[in-house]
Amino acid sequence: MGGLIKSSIARKVAMALSGFFLVFFLLFHCTVNMTSVFSADIYNQFSHFLGTNFVVQALMQPILVFGIVFHFVMGFILEIQNRRSRGVKYVQYKGSANASWVSRNMLISGAVILAFFGLHFYDFFIPELVHKYVESHPEDPTRYFPELLHKFENPVRIGLYVVSFVLLAMHLWHGFASAFQSMGVNNKYTPGIKKFSKAFALVVPAAFIFIALFHHLNGH
Amino acid sequence: MKLNLKIWRQKDAKSKGQMITYPLNGVDGDMSFLEMLDILNEDLVNKGEEPVEFDHDCREGICGTCSLQINGEPHGPDRLVTTCQLHMRKFNDGDTIIIEPFRAKAFPVIKDLVVDRSSFDRIQQAGGFISVNTSGNTVDANAIPIEKHVADKAMDAATCIGCGACVAACKNASAMLFTSAKVSQFALLPQGQVEAADRVQHMVRQMDLEGFGNCTNTGACEVECPKGISLENIARMNREYLSANIKG
Repeated sequence: MGGLIKSSIARKVAMALSGFFLVFFLLFHCTVNMTSVFSADIYNQFSHFLGTNFVVQALMQPILVFGIVFHFVMGFILEIQNRRSRGVKYVQYKGSANASWVSRNMLISGAVILAFFGLHFYDFFIPELVHKYVESHPEDPTRYFPELLHKFENPVRIGLYVVSFVLLAMHLWHGFASAFQSMGVNNKYTPGIKKFSKAFALVVPAAFIFIALFHHLNGH
Repeated sequence: MKLNLKIWRQKDAKSKGQMITYPLNGVDGDMSFLEMLDILNEDLVNKGEEPVEFDHDCREGICGTCSLQINGEPHGPDRLVTTCQLHMRKFNDGDTIIIEPFRAKAFPVIKDLVVDRSSFDRIQQAGGFISVNTSGNTVDANAIPIEKHVADKAMDAATCIGCGACVAACKNASAMLFTSAKVSQFALLPQGQVEAADRVQHMVRQMDLEGFGNCTNTGACEVECPKGISLENIARMNREYLSANIKG
């Protein structure tokens, strides 16, 4: 098993598994956010449950943070190793002749998503920690929806949001289907898997953008 | 046809190389790329200059000896051909052609356009074989029934000529397509089952030791492979590797 941990294939599989985990989290997050479009009460109930449930807070949230950090750190480590593997660079390298831009630039889309995580933590996660553990406000199950509307007032934030989710779509466009290949899945179902993963890569980020624009336009 | 060739010249493995420009006249569209380089070398020799070193052997797309990164692509702009099968009709009069060696830390340049691809040999030696008793009672391989589509897949994998275009094309200089083809050609057949777990573990370990990069599934290797080796082989190797390690 020692060799497994150090091997390039094991690193691929680790990236794929953490990627799958984050894909499922994205779908869950999108579903919760979408409730805000239909009902402030349901959104508040979901948010209150997730924000106060012990299992979610003490177990699932740390696992999520670990999954995010692991995927990013491993991605950057692999990128550094890969660049070293070339050695002397080509005078001319026509990457576009044989591979898509998104597949060759996962680091760029990943870095933008990482920057978005910084904004997201600044907007939601850190204020939530301050609200609960520093300022020790009493529980208010109705505060979440107004907080959401407040965050989507600023057009600059909406612009950053849209750009980030376009880059997320590009990351998923290659990454989701690629994770199946890394796990050894390449068979008669592969064309269907590719179609599904590309549809996911379009629909989920588009839903996030829709939610942001919906609240921005309806909040004024 | 008149061409402007920009060629990587490097005296030896330790020297620092550079691109040198050579104008070349009288190139015919029916010439192969290597024949065009032969003409350049004749000109250089006649002028008393050092000819350009490049790898070649069979010149019919079988041996995997020729290489060359031509205008940013291994084996040039054509598909499913090696450099020796690339015809000059793929280029136009007045074109500038950039010719470089395959680049990878595991493929160090020996001289000019010649690179050391013995890292592939070491991967092959690590497990790309089956152990057969040849003491006089060898079983005829054809005596073992094998399904046609399985035999075809094994044969497809075995068509890899080990030229290194997959490494040259990959943005990460990964050797996964080569290694997976060599693993697959045995893993698919009953004769390869006995040593299957050791084979994939040893070959992947050697591949990593050689300093090749990690596969990020861009698919560039499959597109540039002169023999059309499929990414399906990489998925198979991933399965074989995980299975071998989980079973211990």
